[in-house]
Amino acid sequence: MEFLKELWGFLRERKKFWLLPVILTLLAIGGLLVFAQGSALAPFIYTLF
Amino acid sequence: MNVLGISAYYHDAAAALVADGVIVAAAQEERFTRKKHDPRFPHHALRYCLEAAGLKSLAEVDRIVFYDKPFLKFERLLETYLSFAPRGFMSFKTAMPVWLKEKLFLKDLLKKEFAKHGAMEVKNLLFSEHHLSHAASAFFASPFEEAAVLTMDGVGEWATTSLAIGRGNQLEVLREIHFPHSLGLLYSALTYYTGFKVNSGEYKVMGLAPYGEPKYAQLILDHLIDVKDDGSFRLDMSYFDYATGLRMTNDKFHRLFGAPPRTSEADLSQREMDLAASVQAVTEEVVLKLTRSLAKETGQKNLCLAGGVALNCVANGKVLKQRAFQDIWIQPAAGDAGGALGAALTGYHLFEKQPRMVNPRDAMQGSFLGPSYSDDEAEAALKDAGAVYHRLPDAATMVETTAQLLADGKALGWHQGRMEFGPRALGARSILGDARSPAMQSVLNLKVKFRESFRPFAPAVLREDVNDWFELDYDSPYMLLVAPVREQHRRTMSEQEQQLFGIAKLNVPRSSIPAVTHVDYSARVQTAHADTNPRYHALITRFKQLTGCPVVVNTSFNVRGEPMVSTPFDAFRCFMGTDLDALVVGNIVMHKSEQTVRREDYFQSYELD
Repeated sequence: MEFLKELWGFLRERKKFWLLPVILTLLAIGGLLVFAQGSALAPFIYTLF
Repeated sequence: MNVLGISAYYHDAAAALVADGVIVAAAQEERFTRKKHDPRFPHHALRYCLEAAGLKSLAEVDRIVFYDKPFLKFERLLETYLSFAPRGFMSFKTAMPVWLKEKLFLKDLLKKEFAKHGAMEVKNLLFSEHHLSHAASAFFASPFEEAAVLTMDGVGEWATTSLAIGRGNQLEVLREIHFPHSLGLLYSALTYYTGFKVNSGEYKVMGLAPYGEPKYAQLILDHLIDVKDDGSFRLDMSYFDYATGLRMTNDKFHRLFGAPPRTSEADLSQREMDLAASVQAVTEEVVLKLTRSLAKETGQKNLCLAGGVALNCVANGKVLKQRAFQDIWIQPAAGDAGGALGAALTGYHLFEKQPRMVNPRDAMQGSFLGPSYSDDEAEAALKDAGAVYHRLPDAATMVETTAQLLADGKALGWHQGRMEFGPRALGARSILGDARSPAMQSVLNLKVKFRESFRPFAPAVLREDVNDWFELDYDSPYMLLVAPVREQHRRTMSEQEQQLFGIAKLNVPRSSIPAVTHVDYSARVQTAHADTNPRYHALITRFKQLTGCPVVVNTSFNVRGEPMVSTPFDAFRCFMGTDLDALVVGNIVMHKSEQTVRREDYFQSYELD
């Protein structure tokens, strides 16, 4: 809950409400991606995040 | 008021603690876990910082500041993927699980990790921005009341370059250049293309540059980067793969330069040296233009630098020489580890609005901010390890013995006092040698550090003598300025020697201190100061009395791919795994010839960098 509140605060501050559906969709289908594979930083030559 | 800064989950994890405006402790996690560039939560470093400040748990810390903003970084990732879609799907598929599982919920993750160090209130956890942290680490720790601040790196959240101005306890960001346009990533792309590891091989490219000619500089300026007169720039992303792919460069880039990237550990050719010289020249051009325009715009006399690009000491030396600013100061922990310190300073001065006392030297205490060990503790550890040692009665005897060993041409490990914070060994965890010895460079490279033979070593010189030996009359305590060896110490080259190309150049002694003179007569100078490191200063002073030369070789105490040693045990292990002749820990001296424990295959334990 706190996460959603903070996310909302962030989008408001940045005036990027259009990202909300993108993030919510990602979170909704994210479960599939998350459980489909483990943490995978290794393939990146340089990880940008 | 105690403020803890943390950097983690990206490059180099670290913790730093500021108590009532004083930097009490700072350390990188890699030194404790022995895993180079360890990005995991810095439990060991945090524990050490609390101990050093005499705090029992996190409950006694008033604020904790994380060095960047995960939501902002996620925004950048999403917008980048969307703007390049459908290109980049593979990268997206690889990146998203990490975010959706972990990084998006960083605050929860941090709370769980912090809970292991004592109770803390969530409201006390704050977040700085990546480049603000860098800028804060550069300005608030600097000796300036007012200064312009320039930070440059690969990328943080959005910013890759930022220009700021600091006054007293205030710091205001004026302008930023945003991802994907990044000077750091351009350098990294060439690092990748020349066959070195990104994020650690950049300093090898810098070291390789003097062997080459900047033959490709115009090609880079014509195609890869558009640099304006004020130093602002844009990259042509059609040549790069890093925004959406898994590699740094793409086929168009390889076609432009006429070949695929060099594979790592393949032989280096003149081509790689020319590429290195070219990207170095372009980087210098951008940095010089940026600093010139910043000086003009702000009217400031002082400049502070931080961010990974500020570790490019060749460019720094040119910024100093350009004199657009009267004085410059570079944060010694300019990389992401220093973000932890910047976060703590941001918390103290910007969030809590606490006043700032300017230290005329600087606030870093020589960057000796890590753990130290008493002779009793060291002796116990060395005894356990099976070392044969001599515990000398006092520091003066130790200095005399060590100076004599150096004058006799011995390569030795030097472990004294508090460990350095930042990537450079500054005379607390160093390997030292005689700079006059023509063989010292290859001995240290091949038998001690097990690293590539082209790489030069840095001189440590008494501050009072620096101008006699180098074209530099300036403090460089953090080894972040490059300057030429003075004419009178250079050796005239024969015509035959002048014809040599590439690595062959290196084997020709070029000065009376060949071990620290690069092929273009440059040297990455460290000045030794009696007030911040008295033992180191005393050692070089005694060496000068014995030999007439106030310069020694100083390189980090580790082998290739290994983090710098931290404890006396780490030091003994590295000593026994290499061809070092002697080891000095506090007042305890060890000679290799007297050791009885079996040597281990040490070098194989670390992944090559």
